[in-house]
Order: sequence, then C-alpha cells, then structure tokens
Amino acid sequence: MTRHRVVMDRATVETRVLRVLRWVVIAGLVVATLFPFYYMLLLSVRPIEEVLQNPGRIFAGPAEWTLRTYREVLTPAGRGGQGFPRFLLNSALVSIAATLLTLLVSLPGAYAVSRLRFVGRRQVHFLFLSVYLFPTILLAIPLFVLFTRLGLRGSLAGLTIVYIAQTVPVSIYMLRNYLTTIPESLEEAAAVDGYSRLQTLRKVVLPLAAPAVMANALYVFMIAWNEFLFALLFLVEDRADWTVSLGLAQLSGGIEVSKTVLMAGSVVLTLPIVVLFFAAERLLTEGLTAGADKG
Amino acid sequence: MVATRSRQEERPARPGRARRTLTRRQRENRAGLAYLSPTLIVVLVVVVLPVLWTVMLAFQRIRLINLRRAGVFGEYTLANIKLVFTSPGFWSSLWTTLAYTIGATVSSIVLGLIAALALRGRFPGRTLVRASVLLPYIAPVVAVTFVWEILLSPQFGLVDDWGTRLLGWDRPIAFLSQREYPVSIFGWQVDLPMALLTVIAFEAWRYFPFAFLFLLARLQAVPAELEEAARVDGAAPTQIFRHILLPQLGAVLALLSVLRFIMTFNKFDDVYLLTGGGAGTEVVTVRVYQFLTARFDIGAASAQALVLALGLVLLLAVYLRFLAPRVEES
Repeated sequence: MTRHRVVMDRATVETRVLRVLRWVVIAGLVVATLFPFYYMLLLSVRPIEEVLQNPGRIFAGPAEWTLRTYREVLTPAGRGGQGFPRFLLNSALVSIAATLLTLLVSLPGAYAVSRLRFVGRRQVHFLFLSVYLFPTILLAIPLFVLFTRLGLRGSLAGLTIVYIAQTVPVSIYMLRNYLTTIPESLEEAAAVDGYSRLQTLRKVVLPLAAPAVMANALYVFMIAWNEFLFALLFLVEDRADWTVSLGLAQLSGGIEVSKTVLMAGSVVLTLPIVVLFFAAERLLTEGLTAGADKG
Repeated sequence: MVATRSRQEERPARPGRARRTLTRRQRENRAGLAYLSPTLIVVLVVVVLPVLWTVMLAFQRIRLINLRRAGVFGEYTLANIKLVFTSPGFWSSLWTTLAYTIGATVSSIVLGLIAALALRGRFPGRTLVRASVLLPYIAPVVAVTFVWEILLSPQFGLVDDWGTRLLGWDRPIAFLSQREYPVSIFGWQVDLPMALLTVIAFEAWRYFPFAFLFLLARLQAVPAELEEAARVDGAAPTQIFRHILLPQLGAVLALLSVLRFIMTFNKFDDVYLLTGGGAGTEVVTVRVYQFLTARFDIGAASAQALVLALGLVLLLAVYLRFLAPRVEES
C-alpha cells in the first residue's frame, strides 16, 4: 500500500517540481540572453570614468546618460570621428546585393531541385555539403590569391560573390522545403493556360512562396551583415571599404578608444539586425526549420 | 515527388506517346540543369575550385611576395606538410580544436534541449521570450564577443566585480587570458583550462538557439495523444521524456550533432575575436590565419587548412560508420 503510494507520488512530485523549475529555467534563459545586450546598451551611454570606477552597476538614470560615444562613432572620419556612416553604407550595400543575388540564383535552383527531374539531381546535395564541410579559412586562402590577381580583393563586389556562395546552399534547402508544399496541380493549370516554365515560376510559384522567400532574404541579409572573416581578409587595407563588423573590430585595436565607444559601435552594428529580426521573427523561425518537423 | 513517380508509372501503358514523353523529359532535364546552373557556377568558382587550388598551394612553397609567379606548373614539394606537422604547437592545437568542438557541440545542444522543453507549452509572453532567446544567434559576432570581453574583463568587468564583492573571490579571474586556473575540489588540486572553458561557454551561449529552434519544431510535431496517454497511466514527466519524447527527438539530435560539430570544427571568428588564440585556445583555424597573415606563408597556411579539412572528413567518417545505424533504429 505504502509502496503503491510512493509510485503514484513520483508523477505528482515531479510535476510540481518541474512546474517551478520551468519558470526558473525560463527566467534564467531570458536573463542570460538579454542581459549582455542590455549591458551593451547601458555601457554605451554611461561616461567611461564612471564605468571604470563602478563596473558592477547595472542601472543608470537618464540624468547620467551621455551620447558622446555615439557622436564619436557616427562622425565621419574626415571630421575626427570613427566614420561609421560609411561602414554602415558599405555593409548595407553588400548585404542587400548579396540578398537579392542569392535569391535570384537560388529560386530557380530550388525550383529545379524540387520539381524537375534532371541528370545529377540526387548528387546535388554532395556539392552543397562541400560548401560547409570545408572551413571558410581554407576557401579564404585561394580566394585571397584569386581575388588579388583579378583585382577584386579590395572591392565590395568580390565580398558579395563570396557571400552568395556561402548562403546559396542553405537558401536552396529552405526554399525547396517550402516549394514541395505547393500543389503541383497549380503549375499544371498554369501550363494549360499557356504559361512557359519561367512565367509559371514568376507568376504562380513566387507569389505562393512569398513567406519562404522573405524568411530566406532575412537569413541571407543576416549572414552577410554579420560576416567578419572575409571582410577582414579582403577589405582590411582600405578604410573606405570597411563593413561595420570590420570597422568595429579594427576600432578595438586602436589606441585611445574607450570601451564605452566600443559598445556604442556594437549597438550600431547590432541594432539593424535586431530590428529586422523582431519585425519578421515569425517568418524567420518558421522558415529556418521548415522540414525539420518532418523528421 | 509522389506525383512525378505516378506519371512515370503511367508511361508504359501508353506506348504511342513514348516519343513525346521522351522529348518532354529531355526538355525537363535541360530546364533543370539550366535553372540550377547559376548555383553550380557560383559554387564551382567560390568553393570547388578554391578547394582544389588549396591542395595545389599546399604542395608549393608560396609566400605572398612570389604569389604572382605561382601557377599550376610550379615546383611541388612536401615541405609545407612537413612544416605543419613539425611546427611547435601543432598537436596541442589539434587537441584544443577537438576539445573545443566537442564541448561546444554538446553544451549547445543540451542547453537548446532544456530551452525547448521549457518553452514548449503556452504561457503569456511566450512569443517574446522565444524571440529574445534567439538573440545570441542572430546578433553580429563582433558585437557579442566585445560584450563578453568587457563583461569578463578582470579590470573593469561586471563578473569579476560581482564575484569579488558578492561571492567572496579573493582575486579577479582572468577568464579569457588565463590558461590554467587552479581549483581544489574535495581536496583535489585541479587545473581548469579557464580560457578554453570560457570560449566553450560562449559557443554554448551563442549557438544553443540554433539547437533550440530545431528541437522545438520537432517537439511540437510529437502527437499530443501520446503524452496524454502516458500521463493518464501515471507516468512521471521524466519518464515521459525518457520513453516518449527522447525517441522522437533522436533523428534531430543526431542531425544537430553532426551540423554543430562541422560548424564548430571550422569556426574561426569566435575564438579569434575572444582570445586571439591565446591562453590555450589556439584552434587550428586560428593557426591557419596566423600562418597567412603573420608569416605571409600561403603554402604552409594551405597545408594546415588541408590537414584540418582531412581531419574533419576522417572524424565524420568514423561518426557515420559507428553512429549511423543507431540513428536509423530510433
């Protein structure tokens, strides 16, 4: 009898403990993920002398705030600032170009992989795997050599090409998963109406796949905006070409740059991505894992 | 997929149309290749050719200065490979890479699993919490490494400040620049590889959202009746997890392990930005970078990168050989 009760209780006890534990875990996760970003923001507006004296404070009233750090970061290099507007422009150019071109390349590719039977369709995956199997640093060496010879090394165009190659496979994979959910009968109907394959892709498939395309665009933009290694290797020589990531990393090596300025730069780098992400969070999380739930 | 197959099966029943289907098929073949060709060209130029070229570079003595003269018909030599294997710190960096990769892979997946289990059910504000948990993953690596650096700094870092003031640490811990940190656990003196552990913790923090996303999607596809039935039968939550959820997650966990292992093994920027490869965190990718930029030795850098890639292929082969059958079972 007592033994029976002990067995019965295990479920109840565990359920109760886990109900509390779950909230502890949720609170812990939220603090662990949000706090570094909060601290970044906080430090960027606190005066540096105050931070050095009181590193442990995690709150500062608006009276103490200073925007000097942002002024330094956002003033063009010609006027004694760090010249981030130029870097922001470079990052935006590269990221937007990479996003548009990746979609232009991967949409027909994903359509082919999901709908058309062609020689080597099954082998395509191996090619994609190779993109991720080799470390980017391995690809970086010959690309460094190649781009030096072609005169593309110090150019944003060269960087864009690399980003396309880095994102196309995932992009095709994500889009393919979505395209397979679009009924083929719709395309057959379009064919009966006299649409060519390309017209069908543009006028029937593309509008239907819009959510996946948007999620994809966000993903590519994010990768391109955040990328550091290739920007470092290809663009470091000329300050006018730097992306925000590179500009910020170079800033940290500079003398006479305070940590609070560094944090202001980090905020400037992070903010566009976070805003974009929260604007389209649903799309991205669903797009990224489409197909994962099918096992 | 199903539709195409049924069309294929129809074909023999209508022999009169064989010619037309054949040409239609040829057209489809051509269209497929045409649509995929931009992708193939980009991947070929930016991935396949560079890989082949690396192999060539690895067997030539090339430095940045004589780069312009280098070509396919250069002098081939094993000198780079020899240099890589005999250079000081090669083996230790290989072990560091392995420890770093395994530590980061396992901890990020475990953390992702815990997060997925905790955020599975509905509660007010779940969407917001779920989105904020993804922040470490979507934020730029340069920005988040800087925040970590500042938080963990022994001079003006929040962690050490709190640690010394509130937790009674006798002196600040140099999380990112200390190779070994002596601790005594139950009287045993142990040297913790402090910087390496910190870098692993950073990877866990940055990449657990990736595992979380995949695991949450899979968890939500588990039929509710299964769990409900077990609960009615009096199963405890841990039993439900062990016998119902875990088997369902097996395939995703295996996929995640492979993906995260490959990505972490090849990772460069996180370690480079956090420690610059110092204090016992020199992973092979950072070494490649140093060969390339400090010594301008393109040949040696290529050889080192090649050794890294081959190491990964070898490890994956071992993994697939010994773990793939188990995946199918679950």
